[in-house]
Amino acid sequence: MNTSKRAPVFAWLCLGVALAYLFLPLVAMVWSSVTSPRGFYLDAYVQIFQAPRIGETFFFSFQAAILTILISALLVVPTAYWVQLRLPKVRPIIEFLTVIPLVIPPLLMTFGMIRFFNNTPLTNSNQGLYWMMLGAYVIISFPFMYRSVDAGMQSVNIRVLTEAAQSLGASWFNILFKVIFPNVLVAVLNGSFITFSIALGEFTVSSLLNQPAFSPYMLDLSYRQGDLATALGIVSIGVTWACIAAIQLLGRGRGGVHPTGV
Amino acid sequence: MTTTVTAAQQALKPSPPKRSELWKGVPWDWLGLVPFFGFVAVFLVFPALSIVTRSFSDGSGNFTLSNLHSLTNPVITLAYRNTLWVSVITALSGSLLGGLLAWAVTLGGLPRWIRSSVLSFSGVAANFAGVPLVFAFVALLGRIGLLNQLLRPTGLQVDPQRFLYGFWGLCIVYTYFQIPLMVLIMAPALDGLKKEWREAAENLGASQWQFWRYIGLPVLMPALLGSAALLFANAFSTYVTATALLGAIGQTFAVTIVVANQFRTDTFGDPGLGYALAFSMMVVIAITVALYTYSRRQAERWLQK
Repeated sequence: MNTSKRAPVFAWLCLGVALAYLFLPLVAMVWSSVTSPRGFYLDAYVQIFQAPRIGETFFFSFQAAILTILISALLVVPTAYWVQLRLPKVRPIIEFLTVIPLVIPPLLMTFGMIRFFNNTPLTNSNQGLYWMMLGAYVIISFPFMYRSVDAGMQSVNIRVLTEAAQSLGASWFNILFKVIFPNVLVAVLNGSFITFSIALGEFTVSSLLNQPAFSPYMLDLSYRQGDLATALGIVSIGVTWACIAAIQLLGRGRGGVHPTGV
Repeated sequence: MTTTVTAAQQALKPSPPKRSELWKGVPWDWLGLVPFFGFVAVFLVFPALSIVTRSFSDGSGNFTLSNLHSLTNPVITLAYRNTLWVSVITALSGSLLGGLLAWAVTLGGLPRWIRSSVLSFSGVAANFAGVPLVFAFVALLGRIGLLNQLLRPTGLQVDPQRFLYGFWGLCIVYTYFQIPLMVLIMAPALDGLKKEWREAAENLGASQWQFWRYIGLPVLMPALLGSAALLFANAFSTYVTATALLGAIGQTFAVTIVVANQFRTDTFGDPGLGYALAFSMMVVIAITVALYTYSRRQAERWLQK
């Protein structure tokens, strides 16, 4: 039939145009990181390991990402458990609260925080600003962590698990950390990878709170050493994509969740 | 999914741990929510509410509308105009390119593996924003970028000052993350278009064009409008990409950048105006998100499987 024959041509065309838009910048980026006026070179990648500040800022963001994941999991897992077990009517409220961070840009969140906590220990010391940053990161992680964990808990019967553990005389602490946590570990990991990739590349909160994070440093570097910054950008994209690939490998990939305001 | 608590479930409900009589009056169940709600209150709700209340109060805490009135400051109106136009243009360009891509991989008759790879890649690319994205576009469209290198033999050169570090540059770069976002939202909606409708239309002698004009697009319209609203909100609240691309030359170019400048110096010498500006952003985002939610609900009427 004529129409069905014509359609794939147009479909291929749409695919081609869109993919060109999505891939050309990446190709250009890789190309510019491995060429110089004198030809092929990989100096920029070697320099990454020689510039001490890169390691420092990367480690700073890495550490912040891990702390964010820990705090987030410790807040979300017991809460999601408790809500499913005892307070199902609270669920819509929690769901609403965990969607808000997707909508309110980190910029406004940080602005609100820094003014709200003005002249408190949180804003008067660098330590305080660091904890404020972590607080914002944890809030940003909630949509991903909560939904993942909540879905994970629905697929294992936490009610029966709790019953069984109780009948064996387990304390609430043991139920939570020896029964529930291991059973939703995949869901927690799933939320953790997204959180990790967001926190590692996070710019807004850390730069506005003057924290020595990776992304602000990368931008700063680009004004002085463009090649090095571009190579670093490729590495950071690689880390992000590895995280997302890990989520897909975990088999529950929901790449659709998008942090607004990045 | 609402669960009705049946008698059986009631019976299964684990008994609370034993505790002394003294504590009987305390609502223990609710106490379990304190850490989470406390955290959300401290780091999200109170700060957000304080933006709202303080944009309506003067220096000494009295109610006033003058902060909102000061939003007519020419610096702010210009930033708003730029931001709104960039958001509208990239919502449209993203909807168009992303919509066509979504159509191509769902209904376009392409091999199955393309569909799944495009959807996975969209999940990645929609999150690809900020500093590295700007580097990528500088590598492509910058002064010594790939495009200019390729054009060198022809003698033509693209001027990055005009096409990258400014209004059109923002449009080009934002479109990058708008396309995959559109794909992620529209692909399920396109999947919801029933095959029977197309067959029925074809049996009645409708052309491809007639099918889309009278059936396909009208059914998809709420979904399309909703997606465009979400894309608009997405562009409107973008900060990192704007500031990384424009750097020092764009200190008051976009609304988000103006808000960010309030952290370092009080640009307007008027803290109330900073709050009002942040509040106005919240209002714009709330309206677009409400629009998105409403059209999604409309879209579900037709697209239920």
